[in-house]
Amino acid sequence: MGEAIVVTSGKGGVGKTTTTANIGTALALQGKKVCLVDTDIGLRNLDVVMGLENRIIYDLVDVAEGRCRLGQALVKDKRFDELYMLPAAQTKDKTSVTPEQVRDIVLELKKEYEYILIDCPAGIEHGFRNAIAGADKAIVVTTPEHAAVRDADRVIGLLEQSEVQSPKLVVNRIRPGLIKSGDMLEVEDILQVLNIDLLGIVPDDELVIKAANLGEPTVMNPDSGAAIAYRNIARRILGDAVPLMQLDRKPGTFKKLKKFFGLG
Amino acid sequence: MTVKSKHVRIKGIKDGLVFLLDDKCPFEEMLGELRYKLEHSHQNILTGPIVHVDIKMGKRSVTEEEKEAVLDILRGQGNLLIRSVEAQDSVKPGNGSSLYVMSGILRSGQVLNHKGDLLFLGDVNPGGAITCTGDIFILGALKGVAHAGVEGNEGAVIAASVMAPTQLRIAEIISRPPDEWETRESSMEFAFLSEGVMQIDKIHNIVKLRRDLNVFKGV
Repeated sequence: MGEAIVVTSGKGGVGKTTTTANIGTALALQGKKVCLVDTDIGLRNLDVVMGLENRIIYDLVDVAEGRCRLGQALVKDKRFDELYMLPAAQTKDKTSVTPEQVRDIVLELKKEYEYILIDCPAGIEHGFRNAIAGADKAIVVTTPEHAAVRDADRVIGLLEQSEVQSPKLVVNRIRPGLIKSGDMLEVEDILQVLNIDLLGIVPDDELVIKAANLGEPTVMNPDSGAAIAYRNIARRILGDAVPLMQLDRKPGTFKKLKKFFGLG
Repeated sequence: MTVKSKHVRIKGIKDGLVFLLDDKCPFEEMLGELRYKLEHSHQNILTGPIVHVDIKMGKRSVTEEEKEAVLDILRGQGNLLIRSVEAQDSVKPGNGSSLYVMSGILRSGQVLNHKGDLLFLGDVNPGGAITCTGDIFILGALKGVAHAGVEGNEGAVIAASVMAPTQLRIAEIISRPPDEWETRESSMEFAFLSEGVMQIDKIHNIVKLRRDLNVFKGV
């Protein structure tokens, strides 16, 4: 029986979809059988970030309404044989599926896959309730901004009332320079407010935007700081004790090190 | 279910029935007995014609929901017509004897309402709110909103280990730090109203303000 993890944040634009795509791909890199589920019905993005848009035939709503079998709707990744994605419908809205339907689908997927990553839409309404319905665990994504932390706090409160167990935090888009100058919230401050376990920190990285536009998850590119961060997160999910990334290194040091070892 | 206890007494008067509900026992116990009496032991009053009913709940302070729960049971019988309900609506705030203890984290969007005085062990995050008819004491950081004396008690106070609220309210007065005042101390502080203006002071001065608290004078 696999494990279903919902990736949520409350606020939009903090990197839920990017996080889902990258952690999913990183888990597949580790040889795990993974299925990504996009529950953002009406505003699906996960397929674009994964570069799988043109392979979609059926979607989540089709499965829920019985127009196709679950297996028919799953899209196989271009890079990995054991990585699949269940896309959301683009033409419907959030109310076209119920939390019970999503739970049944996730339950079905758990029989087949080791990890099911559920990409949650922004907000705390119907779409959110759909996304968390089948989840065993949750990853809350936030950025070092007050507004994002406030929404993360709200979502953690809602998760605590649900059946989802102990949410874990990913702080995304950290800019070490801004933190040093005191213009950005420190990870410590965020943890003090939210009071949940930290799963990982991800530096702000232009390569993430480039990669998303190319439909290639950043995690595939080992030159990117964000890629290393996502790989670390995936390893922590698998149970490895990986120390937190040091972010205040001079840019380029990492690359030089890689070069030195002949990996670059 | 025992029927020996007498939390619910039913008296006949000239033009109906009076339900005397005990005000000392736990509410749920009383409710259970009421239900039992109506559905089992006193079913004979079921069969009769329409009867007017007065409910007397003594000195028990009941919420609207609790009142509704009692009425629901009586309404369920069909032939009981409720004429009046006599109950005390709220706890007298600020006498220090009814301090209720709660713990946890109050997160953004969560509201904790309480009748009486409250001791909260944990943080109140930005976006979270505590409202109380009496005093609020927080062992933790207050970063959200705290409203003491919501029903108009201007003598209510708000104390917190770390006083960093988004807003403080006592009775009708709203205060917005740090525009109006700033906490300078790292020690525990409390907020109170002095002639309609919000003031902040160190916790050890609370005894000067609130004569109704039990004061420790040493042995």
